[in-house]
Parts: sequence; structure tokens; C-alpha cells
Amino acid sequence: MRFLKSLLVSMATSALLVAAVHAQAPAPDAMVRDLSNEVLNAIKADKALKSGDTDRVQKLVDEKVVPYTDFQKMTQLAVGPGWRNATPEQRAALTREFRTLLVRTYSGALSQVSDQKVELRPFRAQPTDTDVIVRTQVVASRGDPIQLDYRLEKTDGGWKIYDINILGVWLVENYKSQFSSQVNAGGIDGLIKTLSERNQQPAKKT
Amino acid sequence: MKNQLTSVPRNALAPLCIVVVSFLSGCATVPSDSGSDPRDPIESFNRQVFEFNDVVDRAVLKPVAQAYKFVLPEPVRDCISNVFSNFREPSNAVNNLLQGKPVDAVSDTCRFVVNSTIGLLGCFDPARQMGLEKHSEDFGQTLGRWGIGSGPYLVVPILGPSSLRDAIGIYGAEPYLDPNFYINNIPVRNSILGTRVVNQRAELLQADDLISGAALDKYRFIRDGYLQRRQNQVYDGNPPRAADEADAKPSTGGPPAADPSVKKELVPPQSATPAPAQK
Repeated sequence: MRFLKSLLVSMATSALLVAAVHAQAPAPDAMVRDLSNEVLNAIKADKALKSGDTDRVQKLVDEKVVPYTDFQKMTQLAVGPGWRNATPEQRAALTREFRTLLVRTYSGALSQVSDQKVELRPFRAQPTDTDVIVRTQVVASRGDPIQLDYRLEKTDGGWKIYDINILGVWLVENYKSQFSSQVNAGGIDGLIKTLSERNQQPAKKT
Repeated sequence: MKNQLTSVPRNALAPLCIVVVSFLSGCATVPSDSGSDPRDPIESFNRQVFEFNDVVDRAVLKPVAQAYKFVLPEPVRDCISNVFSNFREPSNAVNNLLQGKPVDAVSDTCRFVVNSTIGLLGCFDPARQMGLEKHSEDFGQTLGRWGIGSGPYLVVPILGPSSLRDAIGIYGAEPYLDPNFYINNIPVRNSILGTRVVNQRAELLQADDLISGAALDKYRFIRDGYLQRRQNQVYDGNPPRAADEADAKPSTGGPPAADPSVKKELVPPQSATPAPAQK
């Protein structure tokens, strides 16, 4: 009897837990907060990562960033109208090269991580929204807080980040004009070529 | 007061203009779609000033900033940055008032008083611990708040990215709100202003590599970043979610994107102000 009862209780609890996990997982602001803190902690704890070690950064990105980010959508938006005329192969190449460019760029900045913390700013969204902006700020013991916002879309695989705003500058928006200029001059292949050439240059140390 | 406000620019700009004009006859790679962005009608001219600034930067400003950074330890540089930032508080207060934010204006005034005294001229920021957050404002933002669009993007010789509105607001009006410009001893005042420029450049040294790595076209990368950031500042971090579907501007060429995902953004016609110049 007793055993049965505790079995029932534990079943109920685990059912609740599962329900809670399911309810929690999709909340975009909590996801962004947890993700940022995990990434920050990983960087703080790993010297090689901090110094921008490419392999380590790639591993971190694959583990913590890729599952929660829609790089293809990010690329599509940055490329703009030209995307519709791109073949699947070109799209894949663009996405790959753009992602590499971003990872390379930001791995150089990891050395700046010291005692930063991420705080959520007020989040306004309806439960029915499928496209939201999560606003955060990065605070450290020195310097002013840094505005860091994310744009997310709800997909079958959960919420996915597809744009980042640093200090008021949306990443996708900031590439549009540069990309369209390349596409105008050399077509989609021209843009792919420029990106991959850029990615082949030796990384600069900051 | 008196006319010392104008003495620096006048002295400095006369020979400068000659150099700029003679320089502008050559160089600058200009892409074929130059000037296609309505926010930047004089792109090819701007690009030439941009390259001129880059040359000056590499020859003079950057090396000086590197030496400055090398010589002074970080805590000292932090202190200097903070003092300059503290001198901006009167302007923050006035601009907040002009933007109809009296509470922020009072807070800025308190910050100035507290940090100038207990904070040793602003070297430290005890006001922040007291819960007084900083609000960076300038007259370019105030004009924006009053509904004035950024006007054409402008690269100012030596001073860098700006817009018509911001050039007027920041280089025209801000000196009147800047305690540094009220120092009567001209050599002292100029030394302070010079230090401010070098200090600012030193803070941006790390951004150099980041930008060279990230940008396909440095000019546009900086321009678009500047315009977005200013728009963001005008709205204190909450700009209207740009013309979500409304915008009719189909980005360059090609019909408006068919995929629903390519709606959103497209910066509204206005926006403005200096990213790098701040803090």
C-alpha cells in the first residue's frame, strides 16, 4: 500500500516535472538568459576559449549556439531579395560562410570576458506570439551596461535566435547593404567567393 | 563664453580643408551601387573623406592612442574616461530636460554633483551605486526626439561618422553644454580636448580588428551601424520596430521579398548619431 502510494506520488511528480520542463523550455526569455549564462560561464572557466582557440570556440558554438540559432534564416534575411534566386547549394554555402565569418569575428572578442553577467530587461510578449525580441544587458564591474538583444522565432524545434542587436545595431540589418552590393556586382557566387576569401585570411589577434 | 568657443575649430579647419580638398581628387574605391541608399546620397564623397580619415588615423591618431594605452595602466585610463564622461553630465541633464524627461535630468544633475565631489571629479562612479543610472544624451538625439530626421549621412573630416542633423547637434550645439569649452586658458583647454580624443581612440583600438574581420565593406559596415545606433539612442533603446511590413522600400533592386521571413526592418529614413564618439 505504502509502496503503491509513493509510486503514485513519484509518478505524479515526474509527470509534473515533465510538464514543467515542457512549459519552461519554450519560454524565449528564460532560454536566452540560461543560454547566455552557460556560454559566459564556459568562457570564464576555459583559458583556451578565452584566448580565442578556434577549435574550442567551434566546439562551444556547436554545442551551445547552433541548436538554438537559425543561421539559415539569419543569412536569408541578410542576403535579402537575392536569396530567392539562389540554388539550394548556394544557400548552404552562404549560410556556412556567413556563420564562419561571425564565429571567427566574435571568437577574437572572447578575451574581453571578465566578470560580466547577463540581465534580462523587461520582456513584453503575448503567449501566442511566434516572433519576439528578448532584451538583455551585459553588466560588468567596470563600464556601462551593454545592450544585447535577440530576435527569436518559434519553430517546431523550439525557439530559435535569428538576429542579434549589439548596442542598438541589428546584425542582419548591418550586413544587408554590404551583401546586396556584392550580389549586384558578382551575383550570389560573387558574395560566396568574397565571404570565403575573407574566411581564409588568417585570423587577427585582438 | 565669448568667442573662444569657435577658436579651435576655426584654427584647425582652415588648413585642414585645403588638405582634404587636395586629397579628395584621388583614390577611394567606390562600388557601382554607390549612392543607392537614400540615407547616403553623397556616398562617393563620404567615402573619400572616410579614406582620408583612415590615412590620418593610421599616421597620427592610432599610433598616439597606442602609445597612450601602452604608457598608462588600465585603472588610470578608466579614471580618465570616467572624468570625461562625468563632464558630459551637464549636457545629459539639459538634453533630457529638452526631451521632456525631467526625472532623468534631475538624476543626471545629482550624478554630476555626487561624482564630481565624492567621486573625485568623476574618476569613480559612486552615483551608480546609489542607483543613479547614466543616461547618455546629446543635442543630436534631442533634435531626433523632436522629430527631425537624421538627414544625409556625413563623414566629417577627422571627426568621423555623423549625419547632417548630428553634425549640427553635436559639433554645433554640444560645445555650449561642455564644461571643457568654458576653460579660459586656451592651451589648457586644448590639451584637455586633445587628451579626450586620444583617450576615446584608445578605447576603440580593440574594435579595429573586430571591424576589419567582420566587415566586407568597412565604410558601409560603419555607416549602417552608426545610423542604426543613433536611431536606437534617439529612442533610448526602444526604437519603433522599424516599419515591420509597412516599408515599401524593396532594399536594392529586385522585387520585394516574397518569403514572409524577409519582412521586418529596413531602417526608417531617420536615424542618426555617432557610435564611436560616445563613451
